[in-house]
Amino acid sequence: MAYSDKVLDHYENPRNVGTLDKNDPHVGTGMVGAPACGDVMKLQIKVNDDGIIEDAKFKTYGCGSAIASSSLVTEWLKGKSLDQAAQIKNSAIVEELALPPVKIHCSVLAEDAIKAALADLKAKQTPAVAAA
Amino acid sequence: MSVHTPIYLDYSATTPTDPRVAEAMIPYLTQHYGNPASRSHPFGWTAEKAVENAREEVAKLVNADPREIVWTSGATESNNLAIKGAANFYSGKGKHIVTIQTEHKAVIDTVRELERVGFEATYLAPESNGLVDLEKFRAALRPDTVLASVMLVNNEIGVIQDIEAIGNICREQGVIFHVDAAQATGKVAIDLEKLPVDLMSFSAHKTYGPKGIGALYVRRKPRIRLEAQMHGGGHERGLRSGTLATHQIVGMGEAFRIAREEMELENARIRRLRDRLLAGLQDIEEVYVNGDIKQRVPHNLNISFNYVEGESLIMAVKDIAVSSGSACTSASLEPSYVLRALGRSDELAHSSIRFTIGRFTTEEEIDYTIDLMRKKIGKLRELSPLWEMYQDGIDLNSVQWAAH
Repeated sequence: MAYSDKVLDHYENPRNVGTLDKNDPHVGTGMVGAPACGDVMKLQIKVNDDGIIEDAKFKTYGCGSAIASSSLVTEWLKGKSLDQAAQIKNSAIVEELALPPVKIHCSVLAEDAIKAALADLKAKQTPAVAAA
Repeated sequence: MSVHTPIYLDYSATTPTDPRVAEAMIPYLTQHYGNPASRSHPFGWTAEKAVENAREEVAKLVNADPREIVWTSGATESNNLAIKGAANFYSGKGKHIVTIQTEHKAVIDTVRELERVGFEATYLAPESNGLVDLEKFRAALRPDTVLASVMLVNNEIGVIQDIEAIGNICREQGVIFHVDAAQATGKVAIDLEKLPVDLMSFSAHKTYGPKGIGALYVRRKPRIRLEAQMHGGGHERGLRSGTLATHQIVGMGEAFRIAREEMELENARIRRLRDRLLAGLQDIEEVYVNGDIKQRVPHNLNISFNYVEGESLIMAVKDIAVSSGSACTSASLEPSYVLRALGRSDELAHSSIRFTIGRFTTEEEIDYTIDLMRKKIGKLRELSPLWEMYQDGIDLNSVQWAAH
């Protein structure tokens, strides 16, 4: 299968690989996919007090397109507000990376990872409010 | 010595045509182009002689009578002709077929097609090492079983089935026995005078011959009869009509001659290379060899690198040409059905690589491959959330995954 240059670039030089402290209240962690399906993405975002994403990290088990999709979204997430982050759609990833139809699920997974990370962050911050 | 990349380690997908084979073929395209069925002039006679000589070479490799060899377009056609041909001819005796879950698709899909037209089938699971349990095989046979089909050498994991013992069970029960030997010629010795096998499929291009040509062995004593699947001019005693492809047939004959003469030395050399490759990879953490390592052709190493996904690994090692058990590569998301049939988890099946070594593989290429694999597995595991969890001591089976 021929990969686009952008997929190859992200695959060979993945951006923002790593792990943030998942217990940090400013960090949201999303883990989506399943090993049995051949792809698992872990995406983490760290927000500052102004609600802006100042860091994003990922680790992905999956094909080149899955790795590239998650690498790309970490780049996009940085500097965005949570609302802006929630607007990122898989179709934009497909377009940017020129993913073929059989790889569209990789972009869907990346979008799901963003949503999962945002939900985790929200869940972490909500109980604190409820307790107050 | 430097190596040229990409390095070809996919000899079970296909082999290069041996230059000696290609050379033997060319005159039959340009000079001796007669139709072997033309009985009225020397062009036909020359072509017919070449075809019969090649038939003899194919028969010799497997110790059969040349009259038991029928030319086909390849092992897929041979499997179709054998299975449909025998099942239909003998359907009066019964309509049940037994085969193995790890067979090639050319067998499985052919049996499925027969199910569609009223046959019943049992797809027996192999043991976790890929081999068929003889008692389970015996138990799968029924009074109305007409045909059994078991491959000699598996294309993905290279394990060698005990065809002799399986054939003996078939004989006891009066079941016709077909064997797909596409991956076996030139790798294991085959003696059809001794083996209780009724039908055997061959391919040229897995044994350094050209693509597009194969053969089916059809036993004469006791005689096995088939319903033809291709009708026309009545070639090949009516079993397979169609003008014979003289140059392809000459190529297959030459390839099988070379296999017969050189396989012993060649297999010893290839075994050393395979063992070197295995030794270079097996001390990496969390690697698993798929399929029995002893009852296996020396050419094959199928190995899973846990926590690394196969397609990304293949992409990382693009300097070597190999296959993955993660069928993402073939546009579906299913992991290898062969590895699943061994009871391998989906993730180990997704993490597998098949290395197949052949006639032109060098020690330098193996060493280069070992180096590259070790580097890239390290890199991909750094990227893998599963590896991180494993390192943290998390049992991945205890995690609730959101299947998608």
